[in-house]
Amino acid sequence: MAVRTVEFDAARNPEMGPGGTLVASPGAPFDAPEPRWDSETMLVNVGPQHPATHGVLRLIVELDGETVVKVVPRLGYLHSSFEKLGEYRSWNQIVPLTDRMDYLAPLIYNCAYVMAVEKLMGIEVTDRCRVARVICMEMDRIFSHLLWLGTWSIDVGAFTPFLYAFQQREKVYKLHEALTGARITTSATRIGGMMADLPEGWTRGVREFADNLPATLDEIDGLLTCNAIHVGRTQGIGAISADDAVAHGLTGANLRASGVPYDVRKDRPYYDYENYDFEVPIGCHGDCYDRYLVRMEEMRQSLRILHQALDGLPAGPMDVDDPRVSLPSKTDCMSDMESMIHHFKLVTDGIPAPAEDCWFSVEGSKGELGMYVVGDGGPKPVRWRIRPPSLVNLSAIPALAEGHLMADLIVINASLDIVLGEIDR
Amino acid sequence: MTAGRSSEANGSSSANGFDFGAVAKGPVSSSSASRTPSESASGVPRNPSVSALRGQFGDAVLRSQVNAGDQDVVYVEPERILDVLRWLRETPEEHYDHLADVTAVDYGGGHPLEVVYQLWSIPHRRALRLKCELPLPSLEIDSATAIWTGADWLEREVYDMFGVRFRGHPNLRRILMPDNYAEGHPLRKDFPLRGRFSRAEQTRRALSQEPEDYYAPGELANRTPQTADDTEGGAA
Repeated sequence: MAVRTVEFDAARNPEMGPGGTLVASPGAPFDAPEPRWDSETMLVNVGPQHPATHGVLRLIVELDGETVVKVVPRLGYLHSSFEKLGEYRSWNQIVPLTDRMDYLAPLIYNCAYVMAVEKLMGIEVTDRCRVARVICMEMDRIFSHLLWLGTWSIDVGAFTPFLYAFQQREKVYKLHEALTGARITTSATRIGGMMADLPEGWTRGVREFADNLPATLDEIDGLLTCNAIHVGRTQGIGAISADDAVAHGLTGANLRASGVPYDVRKDRPYYDYENYDFEVPIGCHGDCYDRYLVRMEEMRQSLRILHQALDGLPAGPMDVDDPRVSLPSKTDCMSDMESMIHHFKLVTDGIPAPAEDCWFSVEGSKGELGMYVVGDGGPKPVRWRIRPPSLVNLSAIPALAEGHLMADLIVINASLDIVLGEIDR
Repeated sequence: MTAGRSSEANGSSSANGFDFGAVAKGPVSSSSASRTPSESASGVPRNPSVSALRGQFGDAVLRSQVNAGDQDVVYVEPERILDVLRWLRETPEEHYDHLADVTAVDYGGGHPLEVVYQLWSIPHRRALRLKCELPLPSLEIDSATAIWTGADWLEREVYDMFGVRFRGHPNLRRILMPDNYAEGHPLRKDFPLRGRFSRAEQTRRALSQEPEDYYAPGELANRTPQTADDTEGGAA
């Protein structure tokens, strides 16, 4: 799993110098020590409007020459106070807020939120719903990783993988649209089930996507994994030890690249993940290259889960058979007085939750995505808290980037795979 | 609110046998485990760390309960939180090495504000939730940054959103709201949804911001910890 097959060796990768002579590449160690200019440091604002910051992130960087002395991230440019807005909405009305936080993997957020509320209310969803949500979450994990792969390759200077990755992402957009009617803001889940059953032929589309993706992954693999420029720019850059990664609260691929095999799907299984046959790739160096390897392998493992889930998708109802949670069918509402009242009461009153709290975390595409919901017996939350994996992952960037070059800061930022929607919320 | 609605809806049982009062009562647990939050009903905590904490810290552990079926919650004396966290982190049998989250809950109505720690032990695969109740006038608690570096931004967010001051935090500033935000702490229950100031005043303040506040090297030069009072707004 995520074992590197190539090692960067600057002496082995010479470059063409003036007059056609081969010279050592810029990464090669020089004999003479670098001259030390004790001049003032320079201050550079990266962002908030900069494509390499992957959103409206602003990094205030103190530079000594090209070396990063200090990084101070400034957040809040996308702050919408979703958690406050949630306190004014009933449980089901919050679902549309969730997919706006991680617009790169909206279905994971949809599912994680309702799973937390269902756990609080003690609702067991149907078997079909469990498997359908696994399909949604794994599909969006790949969806998010593909965007990461594309932007990451742009940040290290390769353009082609970006196009290849976005070709595949477009297929997931179409699947989102077929499932929910929206390409990004899916809002696909409801308490106790899904917005609707899977449309006709949808699973066939997912399977087609899953069948075709490995060829693209192999192509990108061939372009990047052993590419001397890519390897030289990422190996040994932004390395963090396992202990430091845990202390910083890193999760997801960023933590696993440091060799800590913590994956919520394995360690605290939900939705029968223990019954799916998949492996958790881990790295051992904790640098940008290992994070790349881990994510590449994670996509292949997600494909394995996707195939197993598609094979095992049971027939049957999608929503729980509980009139206190599920809406009656539209046909019943139009023809049956009791169903109409039932629909009216559920929509206007909402679903009361017990006066308790509940923490539920899933393995999101960026890391451990935690949802903390507190009820007070009424139909609205007292508190709805998201533990955004990107926020905690990004907080490690000063430790990762200080001492590296300015160009490496961009690569390190890309390797963390952040999304500002969930950082600022 | 719920009780009032259920009493008026209790009698209305429909023709197809559906009891509308049940909607107001909300879903009941489909598992057999008791869902009541009281300590007596929820029985023995599943997590062995709860009894270990009681043995180690005695009175500092105020009470414990099992929420949402299987989640252990321990209420800790706020003054002892740092000792408890450090002990949980460093004792080999506990080893809660992953601080998943630090957040706070404001219940409103003058109730104490809760600071919530979500802990996870990667080697032992156990979860534990610690809570500290802070009475509203004195929202102060020790910072966990000395134990987990990752607590830094999480505590800054709690400070920003709730106004809880973390003693010993190296850099307790606002994180999501602007530094010069003067309307208070948005996630408190007494904070109105649209903010304290009028829309005109909010616009005026946004337009009158000094660019130097945002593009100044002072942020980098200022390595001494900024005290929470410096950024405290005019709002109560």
